[in-house]
Amino acid sequence: MSLLEINGLRLAMRSFDGETEVLNGVDLAVGENAIAGVVGETGSGKSLTGLSISRLVPTPPGRYLGGTIRFDGQDLMTASEEEMRRLRGRQIGMIFQDPTTNLNPAFRISTQMVDIALNVAKSDPELIGIQARSSRRARRVAARQRCVDLLGQVGISDPDTRIDAYPHTFSGGMRQRVLIAMALIGQPRLLIADEPTTALDVSVQAQVLELMSSFVRERDLTMIFITHNIGVVAQLCTDVSVMNAGRVVESGDVRKVLKNPEDSYTKELLSAVMTRDTPRPARNRAAAGAVA
Amino acid sequence: MLRYALFRIALIAPLLIGLSMLVFVIGRVLPGDPAGLAAGPYATMEQREAIAAEYGLDQPIPVQYWRYITGVLEGDFGRSLMTRRPVAGDLAGYLPATLELVFFSLFLAILIGIPLGLIAGIRRNSATDMTIAAGTLSAMSMPQFFLGLVLQLIFGMMLSWLPLSGRLPFIVSPPPGVTGFYTIDSLIAGDLTAFRYSLLHLILPALTMALAPIATIARIMRSSTIEVLQQDYVQTERALGLPSSLILFKYVSKNAASATLTLIGLYVGWLLGSTVLVEKVFDWPGIGLYATNAILNQDFNPVIAVTLAIGVVFILANLVVDMLYGVLNPKVSNKQ
Repeated sequence: MSLLEINGLRLAMRSFDGETEVLNGVDLAVGENAIAGVVGETGSGKSLTGLSISRLVPTPPGRYLGGTIRFDGQDLMTASEEEMRRLRGRQIGMIFQDPTTNLNPAFRISTQMVDIALNVAKSDPELIGIQARSSRRARRVAARQRCVDLLGQVGISDPDTRIDAYPHTFSGGMRQRVLIAMALIGQPRLLIADEPTTALDVSVQAQVLELMSSFVRERDLTMIFITHNIGVVAQLCTDVSVMNAGRVVESGDVRKVLKNPEDSYTKELLSAVMTRDTPRPARNRAAAGAVA
Repeated sequence: MLRYALFRIALIAPLLIGLSMLVFVIGRVLPGDPAGLAAGPYATMEQREAIAAEYGLDQPIPVQYWRYITGVLEGDFGRSLMTRRPVAGDLAGYLPATLELVFFSLFLAILIGIPLGLIAGIRRNSATDMTIAAGTLSAMSMPQFFLGLVLQLIFGMMLSWLPLSGRLPFIVSPPPGVTGFYTIDSLIAGDLTAFRYSLLHLILPALTMALAPIATIARIMRSSTIEVLQQDYVQTERALGLPSSLILFKYVSKNAASATLTLIGLYVGWLLGSTVLVEKVFDWPGIGLYATNAILNQDFNPVIAVTLAIGVVFILANLVVDMLYGVLNPKVSNKQ
């Protein structure tokens, strides 16, 4: 049985020009312990699908026209905001694209992480290794320790002192590691990563990908990896879904889909990936300096 | 941080020299006859000249300024022509009263304005937001002296909830002076009766002065709250399950408040200026009232001293505001 199942999800967004349907019938199934890649070009609805799973699309301007999202048997579309809030961070973790804007600049890393740890510990004190009736102080100490441990595991050196630094003192790659650690505090079963490496340079990208795949392997994690980079999907994912114009056009085992695509859009998308055999584009005369 | 503070404090000296020159020269070249006014309508020419000589008014202006400024450095602000008392002593009595009023209204403005703006920003375009917008707009367009009279009429006369004017009733003796702020001094002395009365006397004049700042702070806070709510980190905080009350009142409010900080610094100056009207209406024995009387009598030593005092307070207040930027926005403190 799949951990997550999305059926016929339809979402409209309101703007000054009226309502536009941005998701028109998304179907997506993610099995337990899978790394499901979601690829597609900009505007195909990948990110909105990811946000919809956590019900983070603001309504209005968004409006759901239909469909179901089942997570571990529970229908998220009918869940109350309070039920959703308990799932977020605890069952469903999220990592976003730009690490420079996703940490609150006015607070120390420790403040942000400890608040999240204390919050998840409210429903499950075991997570930070304390009893339900521990004192406030004991909770704080345990929560901090859990955050320091996680920072160490994502590769922040000297986490015990670095945790008290402000976000702007970290590089982009380090900030993304902090955000990964943050998302892991609640030991979520599903991690939704929305282009987590797009804003990083190539070498850092590889390190962060390596880190994420090791986490999925070691901890009982399922991941949805949203990206437009097919190369990353081929390296990292077990399954892939290709999205176009608010719909999943093809999905399946990653090797099968990338080797023998059936859908015409998937073929087109794959042919757009540059390889060594890709012919060079015709030289632009103006750009080359040959002014006519 | 400390070096920056010392540098800013060192900058006060040239600012004050410039300010004092300006006020001094304007005061002296204005048409009028301060010595004649002080001597009274029936004084002889000799008596008039004696007073002018006593106060040094017969000397050229540069000499007068030099005498004045060397005196100031020794804590001597000259004497008032009207009361014949040293200005420094008057200032020591009146300035704390004004500062107590100014800081209390600033405190009210922040305490009320920031949450109002935050709520309006969170509930954007709702009925609450509209009500706050209507309220702040009318508060901003209300002239202070009129507002003061209306508040006196309603809360002082009709409802008798709050005292009409002054700092303390005659039957309550002021607490021994430590800071000159009656509320703080009475707490230090452990005199709760005096504390209660001095607080009650503060409310109406402080509210009169605070209403316009409350409105402006709320409006700025509203727009910066709306801006902060759209930031990525707020989405991340939501996505990781933090309760919205924690997100809004801890994480959003701190980011949004830094935009209002500049405004709060500027309002210190504005409030100091507006004491002139409000102290008159509420008969508050502060430098506003003192300066008004001095100006009407062309009594320039007090006017210059009050101007300098307001200048120092304004500069120091803005220094504190600049320091606070570092607290609200850690990036700034690193660069200093």
